[in-house]
Amino acid sequence: MTDTTADQHQETPRWKRVLDAVVEGNSFTITVLAIFTAMVLGGLLAAFSNTTVLHQLSTSPGTGLRAAWDTGAGVYASLFEGSIFNPHTVAAMFSQSSISTAIHNGYLGAVFGPLSETCVQATPLLLAGLAVALPYQAGMFNIGGQSQFIGGAIVATYLGYGVHLPVVIHVIVCVLGGFAGGAAVGWVVGFLKATTGAHEVIVTIMLNYVMYYFLSYLLGSQSLMQRPGRTDLISPAIAGNAHLPHLFGSGLGVSAGFLIALACALGVWWLLSRTTTGFEFRAVGLNPHASRVAGMSVPRTWMLVMLIAGGLAGLAGSSVVQGTDFSLTFQSSGTYGVDAITVALLGRGKMSGVVLAALLFGALHAGAPLMQTNTGSPVDIVEVLQYMIVMFVAAPPLIRAIYRLRAAKAAGVGQVVSKGLSA
Amino acid sequence: MGWARREGGSGVELELKGITKRFGSLVANDRIDLTVKPGQVHALLGENGAGKSTLMNVLYGLLQPDEGQILIDGKAVQFHSPKDAIGAGIGMVHQHFMLVPVFTVADNVTLGIEQTDPAGRINRRKTRDDVREISHRYGLDLDPDAITENLPVGIQQRVEIVKALVREANTLILDEPTAVLTPAETQDLFRVVRELKAGGKSIVFISHKLKEVQAIADTITVLRRGQVVGTARPSASEDELATMMVGRDVQLVVSKDAAKPGDVALHVDGLTVVEDDGRVRVNGVSFDVRAGEILGIAGVQGNGQTELSEALLGLRPVTTGTVTVAGRDVTHATPRQRLHAGVAYVPEDRTEDGLVGTFTVAENMVLDQYDQPPFASGLRLNLGAIEKNAADQVTAFDVRTQSTDAAAGTLSGGNQQKVILARELAREHKVLIASQPTRGLDVGSIEFVHKRIVQQRDHGVAVVIVSSELDEIYALADRIAVMYEGKITGFRPPTVPVGELGRLMAGGTDQAPANRVEDTTGAAE
Repeated sequence: MTDTTADQHQETPRWKRVLDAVVEGNSFTITVLAIFTAMVLGGLLAAFSNTTVLHQLSTSPGTGLRAAWDTGAGVYASLFEGSIFNPHTVAAMFSQSSISTAIHNGYLGAVFGPLSETCVQATPLLLAGLAVALPYQAGMFNIGGQSQFIGGAIVATYLGYGVHLPVVIHVIVCVLGGFAGGAAVGWVVGFLKATTGAHEVIVTIMLNYVMYYFLSYLLGSQSLMQRPGRTDLISPAIAGNAHLPHLFGSGLGVSAGFLIALACALGVWWLLSRTTTGFEFRAVGLNPHASRVAGMSVPRTWMLVMLIAGGLAGLAGSSVVQGTDFSLTFQSSGTYGVDAITVALLGRGKMSGVVLAALLFGALHAGAPLMQTNTGSPVDIVEVLQYMIVMFVAAPPLIRAIYRLRAAKAAGVGQVVSKGLSA
Repeated sequence: MGWARREGGSGVELELKGITKRFGSLVANDRIDLTVKPGQVHALLGENGAGKSTLMNVLYGLLQPDEGQILIDGKAVQFHSPKDAIGAGIGMVHQHFMLVPVFTVADNVTLGIEQTDPAGRINRRKTRDDVREISHRYGLDLDPDAITENLPVGIQQRVEIVKALVREANTLILDEPTAVLTPAETQDLFRVVRELKAGGKSIVFISHKLKEVQAIADTITVLRRGQVVGTARPSASEDELATMMVGRDVQLVVSKDAAKPGDVALHVDGLTVVEDDGRVRVNGVSFDVRAGEILGIAGVQGNGQTELSEALLGLRPVTTGTVTVAGRDVTHATPRQRLHAGVAYVPEDRTEDGLVGTFTVAENMVLDQYDQPPFASGLRLNLGAIEKNAADQVTAFDVRTQSTDAAAGTLSGGNQQKVILARELAREHKVLIASQPTRGLDVGSIEFVHKRIVQQRDHGVAVVIVSSELDEIYALADRIAVMYEGKITGFRPPTVPVGELGRLMAGGTDQAPANRVEDTTGAAE
């Protein structure tokens, strides 16, 4: 991760490097161990907060402990079945007379359903995560995923029900509108920072509230965006033409939004590592003074970064409205703003990392309902798990202490957090 | 730990025996022997990276030696942390101060060893009295109630010294203490060091500046590549010391032919820079620099030189006056426009303004050309061309780096400066503005940088050197301008005696009006 270690790597053979990385706890090892630790604690929490388990423990500790184990293990089994694949469904498919009958009876959808759901859940997380990771690379901490999400969702929704366009064009217009809506909110942040020096952390947090209540105003006024005849906060349904098309037929939920998100991750990676604009972003992020002396326009960079980041969060909004909800409610923005930060932190600000982190959290969200049905543990366990993972990732020394790893030379995400919050 | 509280003022003898410290394959300290006698100033002289700081970190308990031992009055001791070292009467003044800016002097001094009454309240009066007493004894002139951040750097350094003295240090390690000081503050520091010596303290004075070491040391130990290459008396000549340091004869004076000035390439007229708070930093400065000549701007630091060079690149807004580069008015141009107009710029603070430390050497080599062909085609970076350029420049400028992919921040100061020079000189340029171009560099790098600057002049570039080192000004300049409180107090040829420059640097007025001030002020109106 740091180049000082890279220097020493020149002399050491590859196998030694890999071994060192594991023993010394490089960022990858730390991340894996952090996830593992959080899962162990999450399992314990699920087991010992379960009322049945507690009841059995008080009557007969032996059965109680076994029940605790069953619950803890059951949580992860159901999370796996709900997010990757379910062995029972697969077995059922093969018990059909032939593959074609199985497909005919909809088993393919059932088998790939969990994976599809993981992708559906990962889509907005990935897009919003990119909206945090990109500014991080440019030295900014974007807490405003929520406001930019709302900005994008509002525009995408309005274009979804307010205009009538042919099928493919309508989708594209709404997606672009979502980008523009988020970008506008992000640009405000960059503009204020560039012209007045206002700190982006403060501005984005405040804008989250502004956009949140602006949304409630829009959705609460019949003359604005409230669905006719409704008294709760909900917009009209968007036109069918504006729905993001399903990738594998209507049986599986995964839509083109997932492809858009992956393309954005690739695009951001390309932008940062292969273009002059990305060179500016990174230079300004690492040393704005030297960048200025080298002739770069630091304020312009700030504005452009926040514009793009806002657009990405806006796309997350559009992916929810056009991919799953098909209308905008007061709850649509959910916890995506905070989740975006956790995704970016777990992904260590790198685009490939953000993709993996989004998939992991997407899988947790996808598996949660089945877990609740099977074990009786509330879906909130998943949220707890998610935040514990990030907490451990942010505290490498803690993980190193638990697993007796030697102190590594590389700095971790702890720096990501402290850097983001200082200055 | 009884050493610290020995009776009387008689110091202790500190001995390092066969200290070896390795970092991977690098041997930072190789069997170093060093004896610091009580009441002596022992200078540790060496180039950057010679192992001075490593040795002192071992002595201060920040690093554990791989081999060798530390003896105090003949008794072997082991320092596992600075706490042990402090307990044994060793104090260290780091190059970067360890002070809380918003605390008072007394609070900083007492930080970590606060004395409290039974109710847990800090006994501030005692600390204040201690600070006053120590300050008085060694002529430090410290106000215990002053807020630290409001104090000049030189005074802050004294707070660090008092911090060590309050902890009953017998041996004080001063790590490059003059690097952050102005010449006047350096003289004050020397006076303090002599007082400390008279008070029985021993001082380890780390430096790479020959003159300072000669001025203050009783014994000089020279380090090179982690080894002791010899000891010298302060009476040794500068040439002898320099030769020991770098292991070859270094030319301290740059050999150069007479300048052949051409047309005016940089024209500065009535330049005034006023800060937002109304302070006038640069006050009506006018000068011309011709192609093929070097103008040296001398002066005590903080008299507007920094602001002048920043204004020349457009990093600070010009309040009044004009700047013309090769006939083009760039007074209100952005830094980028000025770079394109033909300005090459070597900033005063190379790590802050010159390099992106975590970027690779290759990326830093194109930091102001990344969007120009051949390094970019349209939006796309041409990584191959960037890499090839870096490989070529590393060879051409003899940059010592493990690879062009190494982070620039990991290079030594001299090599960082070479990266900046390589980058700035690669662009087409007519004017070179270099601020403190050799500050903090070792003798070998200074020689390299000076040669390149003279080479630039000989290729017909107009060069402005801003330096607070008079040696550097004398070595390079074809004409000398002296700045005092934002104004140029006079222009002189390089044959001018030091006393005359000193008079101008202290604000002395120019009896004989400078060579060209009248004609430009006339032309501007």
